[in-house]
Amino acid sequence: MSLKILRAGLQSTIQDLGRLGAAHLGISASGAADSLSLRIGNLLVGNPENTPAIEMTLTGDTILFHSETFIALTGSKFKIDLDEKPFSFWDGTYVRAGQVLTIGPTLMGARCYLCVRGGLQVKKIINSTSTHLTSGLGGLNGSILKEGDRIAFGNLEDVIQPLKKIENFPSTDTTIIRVTKGLQWDWFDDQNRKLFFKKAYQISTLSNRMGLRLRGQSILSSKGNEIITEGMPLGAIQIPGNGQPILSFVEHQTTGGYPKLANVISADLYKVGQLKPGDQFQFQLAAFPEAEKAHLEQENYIRSLKALCR
Amino acid sequence: MTLNNIPQFIPASDRSILVKFGEEISDKIHQQVFTFYRFVLKKQIKGVINIHPAYASILFTLERNVELNKTLTTIKRSWKASTQTRIPKPRQVEIPVLYGGEFGEDMDRVSGHTGLNRGEIIQRHESGSYKVYFTGFSPGFPYIAGLDPSLSTPRLTTPRKQVPAGAVGIAGEQTGIYPLASPGGWNLIGQTPLKIFDWTHPLDLRVKMGDHIKFISISKEDFDRLKENVT
Repeated sequence: MSLKILRAGLQSTIQDLGRLGAAHLGISASGAADSLSLRIGNLLVGNPENTPAIEMTLTGDTILFHSETFIALTGSKFKIDLDEKPFSFWDGTYVRAGQVLTIGPTLMGARCYLCVRGGLQVKKIINSTSTHLTSGLGGLNGSILKEGDRIAFGNLEDVIQPLKKIENFPSTDTTIIRVTKGLQWDWFDDQNRKLFFKKAYQISTLSNRMGLRLRGQSILSSKGNEIITEGMPLGAIQIPGNGQPILSFVEHQTTGGYPKLANVISADLYKVGQLKPGDQFQFQLAAFPEAEKAHLEQENYIRSLKALCR
Repeated sequence: MTLNNIPQFIPASDRSILVKFGEEISDKIHQQVFTFYRFVLKKQIKGVINIHPAYASILFTLERNVELNKTLTTIKRSWKASTQTRIPKPRQVEIPVLYGGEFGEDMDRVSGHTGLNRGEIIQRHESGSYKVYFTGFSPGFPYIAGLDPSLSTPRLTTPRKQVPAGAVGIAGEQTGIYPLASPGGWNLIGQTPLKIFDWTHPLDLRVKMGDHIKFISISKEDFDRLKENVT
């Protein structure tokens, strides 16, 4: 069973929930930029959450299904049709052999996910199929999908009952991104901290899966722009010499030398995966207990969806 | 054990904790980082999914669903247990390098900056005693300490779009090897024919944290004979 890319999107890659346990070798996790959408998409087709799927960015692919299967599209809504007939996001759908799914430009956020029952079949490297574009590893030849690529699917044995219906969808509001204090919070004075939260930042076109460059209020450190290189958490807000923040994302370097003012809370990371160049948003400070509560609530939400898959 | 050897345990995000051993780059701090690193590699900490060692700290990334404070306590306990362990004798790793010419395009730049001639640069680079403080930044990239300060040369003002895998360079007071072809702003003085990082065996690093390194100048004939293709 397989599918074929008839027309490649802007930057489509194979992703699961990331390559864990290799940071000490300089290899960051990578994985789905909006992991919440990937997890739910997999539940909608009856896959375990960590099953490889196609992540599409800004413009999707045109895909021919060589075999019948059961699929779901999650994440941001994109222009889409199945054999020129309407197709619904966030819903499990049967496709027949020979049908063509055409996914055009986004109608809202940066990314959508195509999940296929039984999963996509690509080689695992260090226990993950996730593509790490910066180092050319994982996925299909470490690269974005190209016209003519053929991907086998449906090899998983531990498929479950697909999730039928979702009552509460995850929020698609990306205008507020919550952060906790970063490791070098005390490198910034009150005035600069206030400036950071006061006005909106805009996503620069130089953003990618490694990091999002932000444009807006410059932030100055009172202790310089270089720390002794230390580990980089996912979602760290680094402040380089020019004062324009850089948000470290799924393909981040494992260590870094810029001071980190703040860190996106884990419950809001999926929203970062939906931010696209030109989008504006504001940071909001959260205390650690609040961040942890939001994380556990999100996990409980996923758990409640999983309970419906029985 | 003296009091000032107790590291700080700091939440870095709601899914990560930094264990910080000090504020300096030194062999003494490196030994403390390395001791704990070796311990947690062998005895995995429950709830931890990634370990990022660096000069003076280790960042631990946490699994979903585990509690931050509970894991912080577990990490503390693990650190206490680790202080009883000893570090084995470091591995001695020899890295053959073909210096200069087309394999070390910035030799003249380093020469101009340091006032040393090609032979002196090679001799001083070869005779250094080097240590890998950690692997970080990008796949397999070793942070190497021990460059002769007289060889210190600032980074290129415009980084190269592509530096070949195995390139040996100098950036400020650091020397290093590019494990994979990548963009880079280091002054290139040579190239090793050895494969430093291999995607088919990503867990088997040629150069690891804690290793002692010796660079050995080789001829073009040796280089061709020893050449390992990087895939």
